[in-house]
Amino acid sequence: MTIHNGYDGEHNEAEHNHPGMVGDAELGYYARRARAIESLLVEKSVCTLDEIQEMVDRIEARSPADGARVVARAWADPGFKARLLSAPEASLAELGYSLPETTPKLVVVENTDEVHYLVVCTLCSCYPRALLGRPPDWYKSLAYRSRAVVDPRGVIREFGLELSDAIEVRVLDSAADLRYLVLPRRPAGAEGLNEAELARLVTRDSMIGVAEARTPEGAQTG
Amino acid sequence: MTEHSDHPVNASTQYRPGNLVRVRVDAPAGHFRTPTYIQGKIGRIVALCGVFPNPESLAYGGDGRPAQPLYRVEFVQSQVWPQYSGPAADKILIDIYQRWLEPAPAEEPGGSDDHS
Repeated sequence: MTIHNGYDGEHNEAEHNHPGMVGDAELGYYARRARAIESLLVEKSVCTLDEIQEMVDRIEARSPADGARVVARAWADPGFKARLLSAPEASLAELGYSLPETTPKLVVVENTDEVHYLVVCTLCSCYPRALLGRPPDWYKSLAYRSRAVVDPRGVIREFGLELSDAIEVRVLDSAADLRYLVLPRRPAGAEGLNEAELARLVTRDSMIGVAEARTPEGAQTG
Repeated sequence: MTEHSDHPVNASTQYRPGNLVRVRVDAPAGHFRTPTYIQGKIGRIVALCGVFPNPESLAYGGDGRPAQPLYRVEFVQSQVWPQYSGPAADKILIDIYQRWLEPAPAEEPGGSDDHS
């Protein structure tokens, strides 16, 4: 069973429709359950509907393009890269990203010629949403969550990357209060590119660690 | 773990980077964040990630005290999965709360960690 092809479908639209847009009868089981929980939270004054909507909007406003911008800056500016690795939140603020106080602490790990990090959350679907938005569906699948820890090289191979045995693979199981972003290796042949061009080489998958960044040639064909 | 009304705000930090620890084997009722596949395994503390309210308490409306030091712990893959087919250097790193850790026994028979 391949994780990539089988699980990369479009997200169920009903799951993030806004309240009032669709009648309950048209919603699936999980959407109805989410709505019931939402109603209870509001009834019990845990939070308001506006606060829920604000958080949804905040996450929806982020996408892998935001992470790509950060990675491209790190490739282009060694000083920024050092700050990103040592104090991620402060360095993101330099680019205008202020992570909400409730956001779990962000940690950036660097893939190099010697070490390759791969991120998974075996318990649920912890993901650096504050920067990358919602995770892809396959990231939340049982297949990925169970296989990424047991056979990371096999999973990475299914995403199209064959890692040399000389590279140490480090799986990060983000089961607690930290969220991990992978800083992928800067691809060969990208020397003359500006930051915007570099950002186009940075894929979501490369920031999870199941793939590498695209090469300039690969970016042109694919 | 018994909950006391006067429990301290933070548990004091017991481990340092480099220490060998064993993950406790337990299946407490309710919510916990220590994957079962890593329980009983011996790993090495890589870093102290901070001190966080105990999620096992927060999940049921508790105050999260005593807050738990959270460590990044590194395990050698071939010691976690006997059938692991990748290179001996491959690792798995997991963030684990202090209350799930105990000092590793001094000698681990059959341990193949080269401590390089």
